[in-house]
Amino acid sequence: MAASIESAPAASVQGAVLPAVAWALARDLKISLRSKAELGIQLLFYVIVVTLFPLATTPERSLLAAIGPGVLWVAALLASLLSLSRLFAADHADGTLEQMALSPWPLPALVSGKIAAHWLTTGLPIVLLAPLLSAQYALERDAMWILTAALLIGTPILSLLGGIGAALTLGLRGGGTLLALLVLPLYVPILIFGAGSVDAVRAGFSAGPHLSLLGAGLLVALVGAPFAAAAAVRVALD
Amino acid sequence: MAAHWFLYASPASFYPIAGRMAPWFAAAAAALALVGLWIGLVVAPTDAQQGDAYRIIFIHVPAAWMSMFIYLVMAFWSALALGYNTRLSAMMAQALAPTGALMTFIALWTGAFWGRPTWGTYWAWDARMTSELILLFLYLGVIALRNGIDDPRRADKACSVLTLVGAVNVPIIYFSVKWWNTLHQGSTISMTAAPKMAAIMVTALGLMTLATWGYAIAVALIRVRAIIVERERGASWLSHLPEVRRLVV
Repeated sequence: MAASIESAPAASVQGAVLPAVAWALARDLKISLRSKAELGIQLLFYVIVVTLFPLATTPERSLLAAIGPGVLWVAALLASLLSLSRLFAADHADGTLEQMALSPWPLPALVSGKIAAHWLTTGLPIVLLAPLLSAQYALERDAMWILTAALLIGTPILSLLGGIGAALTLGLRGGGTLLALLVLPLYVPILIFGAGSVDAVRAGFSAGPHLSLLGAGLLVALVGAPFAAAAAVRVALD
Repeated sequence: MAAHWFLYASPASFYPIAGRMAPWFAAAAAALALVGLWIGLVVAPTDAQQGDAYRIIFIHVPAAWMSMFIYLVMAFWSALALGYNTRLSAMMAQALAPTGALMTFIALWTGAFWGRPTWGTYWAWDARMTSELILLFLYLGVIALRNGIDDPRRADKACSVLTLVGAVNVPIIYFSVKWWNTLHQGSTISMTAAPKMAAIMVTALGLMTLATWGYAIAVALIRVRAIIVERERGASWLSHLPEVRRLVV
């Protein structure tokens, strides 16, 4: 991994990180926004999954409020997973990814830009929908805000960790299912702290520790995941 | 000094050594397991609180320790495989994964059968059990990724990256599950609150732990030999081996 990163021209690496992130972000956003229907389908999937749970359990308000945060989080995990397999697939298929890896721009920065675009198109809408859906689950106002805040901090981690899995499973048979098997166990801490923050508030405690831990996880993932994902991309291109 | 270390990084030089070491570890594992099981099942007294059900810990605890330790060893070999680009390191990681998964499964399975008479339930969302279950998923993920990739060198690197990402996550998963569990107030009985064990039980547990080590090492060595033969089948050194010659003739 170290060797391949060093092979980029040293002088250009210094200044090119942010432009590389911005370029990849703008490019992927533009491509995603061209197929708005696809984005809509992902969101619809999220809403439908969330809607299924009361039908499968009970419409009773106190029980719904108890399971609501967990249901919204699990649905967020699944919705994030659903779109992950497409994170690198199109660029891999037409050779763009190879050109990115060959370019003098640092690959972790390009990968970061793509992951950021993934979050903006799938994670952020989930966050914005959360207040509406928590009303369906009879959540109190402060529980609703904590849930939204936790999703705001937590969903970028889903995209970052998922980026590693998406790169590892590039072009494999059964890639989508394999991706789920690889990534979902890694999502466990985010699920626990994310849903736990709301449970804490509902139990009368502060959500601070949970949100702080989520924030710490976000920082670690921000620093580490792009490098791991870039390494995985290079493995896939070998 | 460094040259000596890298000498054994070649599959060709490691293959015969592994073949010589494996029977010793296997024999040691069998002998230790026999003595350990005899002490554990026959000599050790029946527990005052748990009855004879406690005897399952002589299998359960070594398997649980081994399941976590093997993941660390796998992460170590994966880091070497990525850092030095050595094939044998990745093969070692590959050889360890099924044993690690087996140990995790044994730990969960025996734990369930210990839990039924002792806690009154096969499964509780106890912190240790939950994180052990997730560890099993991590092992299965690594094995599935290996099976999903046809090119062995790509599989080596991809599995190494995944193992290392998982290794960073293992402590986080453990603590997150622990805190989640304390918030939810799960099982009322915990393993840590168990009464202190008698010396004879500790002896049996120690013997069984060593037996598990011997078994894991022996099986990993035998499996890594099979992986070497499979992957190096085109190499000329392999065709000179007596066991391969016998097959060809």
